[in-house]
Amino acid sequence: MEQNVVLEMRDISKNFTGVRALSHVDFTLRKGEIHALMGENGAGKSTLIKVLTGVHEFESGTIHMDGKTGEIVNHSPQEAQENGISTVYQEVNLCPNLTVAENLFIGREPRKLGMINWKEMNERSEKLLESLNIHVPPTQMLDECSVAIQQMIAIARAVDMKCQVLILDEPTSSLDDDEVEKLFVLMRRLRDEGVGIIFVTHFLEQVYAVCDRITVLRNGELVGEYETKDLPRVMLVAKMMGKDFDDLADIKSAHEGKKTPETTPVIEAEGIGHKGTIKPFNIKINKGEVIGLTGLLGSGRSELVRAIYGADKADSGKLKVNGKEVKINSPLDAMKLGMAYLPEDRKAEGIIADLSVRENIIIALQAKRGMFHPLSRKEMEEAADKYIDMLQIKTASRETPIKSLSGGNQQKVILGRWLLTNPEYLILDEPTRGIDIGTKTEIQKIVLDLADEGMAVTFISSEVEEMLRTCSRMAVLRDGEKVGELEESELSQSSIMKAIAGGDDKNE
Amino acid sequence: MNKDKLKKITGARLFLPIICLIAVLLINVIKTPDFFNISVRNGVLYGYIIDVINRASELVILAVGMTLVTAASGGQDISVGAVMAVAAAVCCQILSGGQASVTQYQNSIILAVVAALLAAALCGAFNGLLVARLHIQPMVATLILYTAGRGIAQLVTNGQITYIRVDSYKMAGGYIGKCPIPTPIFFAIATVVVVALILKKTALGLYVESVGINGKAARLVGLNSTMIKFLTYVICGVLAGIAGIVASSRIYSADANNIGLNLEMDAILAVALGGNFLGGGKFSLVGSVIGAYTIQALTTTLYAMNVKADQLPVYKAIVVIIIVTLQSEVFKKFIAGLKSKKASGAVAEGGQKA
Amino acid sequence: MKQKKKMTSTGFLLLITIALFIVMYVAGMVIFADKGFAKPQMFLNLFVSNAGLLVISCGLTIVMITGGIDISVGSVTALVCMVMADLMENKGASAYVAVLVALGIGLLFGIVQGFLVTYMGIQPFIVTLAGMFFGRGLTAIISTDMIAIKNELFLKWANFRFYMPFGSTNKKGKFIPAYIPPTVVIALIVVILCAILLKYRKFGRKLYAIGGNKQSALMMGLDVKKTMFKAYVLDGFLAGLGGFLFCLNSCAGFVEQAKGLEMDAISSAVIGGTLLSGGVGTPIGTMFGVLIKGTISSLITAQGTLSSWWVRIVLSALLCFFIVIQSVLASAKKKK
Repeated sequence: MEQNVVLEMRDISKNFTGVRALSHVDFTLRKGEIHALMGENGAGKSTLIKVLTGVHEFESGTIHMDGKTGEIVNHSPQEAQENGISTVYQEVNLCPNLTVAENLFIGREPRKLGMINWKEMNERSEKLLESLNIHVPPTQMLDECSVAIQQMIAIARAVDMKCQVLILDEPTSSLDDDEVEKLFVLMRRLRDEGVGIIFVTHFLEQVYAVCDRITVLRNGELVGEYETKDLPRVMLVAKMMGKDFDDLADIKSAHEGKKTPETTPVIEAEGIGHKGTIKPFNIKINKGEVIGLTGLLGSGRSELVRAIYGADKADSGKLKVNGKEVKINSPLDAMKLGMAYLPEDRKAEGIIADLSVRENIIIALQAKRGMFHPLSRKEMEEAADKYIDMLQIKTASRETPIKSLSGGNQQKVILGRWLLTNPEYLILDEPTRGIDIGTKTEIQKIVLDLADEGMAVTFISSEVEEMLRTCSRMAVLRDGEKVGELEESELSQSSIMKAIAGGDDKNE
Repeated sequence: MNKDKLKKITGARLFLPIICLIAVLLINVIKTPDFFNISVRNGVLYGYIIDVINRASELVILAVGMTLVTAASGGQDISVGAVMAVAAAVCCQILSGGQASVTQYQNSIILAVVAALLAAALCGAFNGLLVARLHIQPMVATLILYTAGRGIAQLVTNGQITYIRVDSYKMAGGYIGKCPIPTPIFFAIATVVVVALILKKTALGLYVESVGINGKAARLVGLNSTMIKFLTYVICGVLAGIAGIVASSRIYSADANNIGLNLEMDAILAVALGGNFLGGGKFSLVGSVIGAYTIQALTTTLYAMNVKADQLPVYKAIVVIIIVTLQSEVFKKFIAGLKSKKASGAVAEGGQKA
Repeated sequence: MKQKKKMTSTGFLLLITIALFIVMYVAGMVIFADKGFAKPQMFLNLFVSNAGLLVISCGLTIVMITGGIDISVGSVTALVCMVMADLMENKGASAYVAVLVALGIGLLFGIVQGFLVTYMGIQPFIVTLAGMFFGRGLTAIISTDMIAIKNELFLKWANFRFYMPFGSTNKKGKFIPAYIPPTVVIALIVVILCAILLKYRKFGRKLYAIGGNKQSALMMGLDVKKTMFKAYVLDGFLAGLGGFLFCLNSCAGFVEQAKGLEMDAISSAVIGGTLLSGGVGTPIGTMFGVLIKGTISSLITAQGTLSSWWVRIVLSALLCFFIVIQSVLASAKKKK
């Protein structure tokens, strides 16, 4: 083993029931570095991590670690942890019903005469948290902490378990910029203390902000390992996609000129709000326009559309659809008024996993028609085929269960589901999250086409670039409140950032 | 080629239930060679097989309701036996007008049946409310009526066994006029046909499956998850009510302690045996019906082997555990592991066999 | 401040329970003063008649904290009583052997059910439902008739009394000391041991972690399966022990014995603040749940005209009430 290397994976291969997930992948992690693991969906990042942490078995290859003679094979996350490999996942893996201190020490509580010494545990927790600059009392219940704090507690736990290798799997997805920065401070500090950190993320900026080295995977194979400073951003994206992608930037310009500015409002909300999630807001959404909702996570972006759609029933205000005042009590009411809502969390709220692609496509239309007007088999098949074809959904057949499709194709099925209902107003909440760049561009194109055909679209995304590419107007949210709007002429990366961050009231 | 075909057959949803049914029937034929003989005595059909089909009727009715509940809520309704007792108690109490034994209806039979079904529906609604609206685990929710139900039935009948010694009341559990086929069979067939028709002619089947697989997603596509789950429990309650009336007609009385006793277990067993996953989602009504007949055939077999009614649950419990073990992910993985090992080991051997 | 916050989330239900118990008992003392509700012995009788239930409920609490459940406990109790009775009366075994076999039966149920739930991944409800039918059926296979226990040693245990320094005076002014039988002592020791286990032992805390979030517990490197398996084994053992205590009270074995006991145990745990979804619960809370159940029985018995089904119906209603509160609290928390 090379000097300074803390973890070396060689020639790792792994199959999932006939599908090759990893093929002869090498990965090297050095002491005191932050190493980004990059790749599109399906590239094998998470499989590699899971192989390393013992969640999956692997067929061939070797794993060596500094300080351990011979190969190591982890059979469980527990064993990995004993070997000095700790993982912090996107969804915080802590117990909400226990205190902060217990979450730090569970499984290795300080004991006296075989009994847990609560006093010592709380004291040690306090010291640990203090040393990492995390401000939270150890006796607080975990479910009373913010997600960011929870994530940091998870890292603190890993750190205190003397891990040599710390894996951060998309830890920033649910954090705002400020929190991300705090996390980075913590990461850099651990790096300086000699911990090797593997950082998995979708955000390019974050890679360049904090990582020393980048390993790129594609289709289960190793593309290469690079020093961050030697790999420009465009090159990185090219390596991930495996082709010189035709510039993502300019799909919008092709649509310009076609657009006839319309000002027929489809949706007019006045003082709509939902207690505890979104303060009363006004918004007008016109025919044929893509309006973006921007703001940090938790700023109320999703909550705003959910209140309109009736996913969380609005408890105040008035809503007009096509100029007529309406009352929406449930999603079905909204659907009947021509709305469609692609939810943020595809897995939990989008797909119906065991049902076929066909059933997943027709379910919304069927629900809209009502229980006593079932679609005929032929109607269903025609509809399914139409959208499989139109959206180029890659599936073995229309009867394949949706769960066996890749994330991007699942998202297309759900998009198809809503297009089939022929909506006037389409809400897309993070439609491209966790989806490979190719599909991302496709979805963005579809959105613009739909708007050209006269559909009103609301587009929510965490990526400012994506929003700039698709939206013609933007509403800005902050702390559960709509704080302003940006017209097309005002749209630029910096103006949006400024509006999101707030501070001065110029944008209001 | 042949292997593929075999795989297709063994992989089919109804493979397990049909194989089980055949196995149980085979055992019966071996033990009692005249098992399939049907004769006519006293103008009615007579024979082991008729007996099995007749006695399975209540179970088939319950299994249909249990299938829907299982699919929509991922849990089972263990109160069905008690609900049967409640329905029977209400029915008989109204017919007897409070007396212990009557030879003439004291109230209209229609009123009694409607009231019984209403009571059963109410029980179902109560379960549904707890499960769908308050998100209580189905089995805990239905455990309440499972224990309290028979107590309620006792209260309805004032703790006595109410006899309805009226011939027309015995029809539902016996024979109608000169028809040689036992009436309960018609009840079972009618229930299955009606529910199957409802599933086919409306989108209820798809709704139930959607809700069972992903309730949140189902809500966002415009389905009322709460309502659908609730509905399955009400349906299950009503069906339990029908089964209760049939069972009570057989013994022309309402015996709160014994009507539907241990039937909840049989119904769950029928659903599992029918190839349905007890965790909810996709379901097969036909499978459950086949499962129900299999269970009854098994029960009859056990009786033939001199097993007492009180002791039956032992064997059924073992069968349940075997089936759910076969269904479990762990076991499937284990088998898949064995197969892949075999496959890699059998490469050389394979040529010869083919 | 923080301490208060903690109160609202977990201790709130326990507070309701304790308050409810006191209110019910005091009401009983006022209304049925003539039936001796105010006597110390009446209070102790709550423990005396529910010692077995208390032990069983503690076991159930442990399983419920992991997010599981066990509805076989009533049948296990019946089986244990029947086996003990059969061994001592028909097979000529000594009381000691009978006790060992009783505990062994509980342990065996725990091991088999625990294995099926944790290592085969089958829903605990299905497994223990099968266990419930299996146990009851097995009881019937041993004997369908009631077997009364006449074993001398056993009856000596059953009739042993620890006299208290306090008591009451009867009509003639004679002092009658209050007493508890050994069953109560054993049950209270079990409660205390369980409380210590859950609060101060690694195993106990792991149970809470698993109930709070199983996936997390796994990711944090806890041996989830082994811990859950142990929980079911412990629960099975306590069901066996509870069955033995139950037998000391009834001194007989019969098929219909302890029918619906699982419901009493679950109600007691839930009323005592155990969450059905797992992660929250204490043996002390469960003890108050059992006391409430006992008080309801005493009140209905004292009332005299109501039939015994009412105990179960009232208990079911109370369980319903607490389930609704839990559900409301949970959804309130989610909203926050």
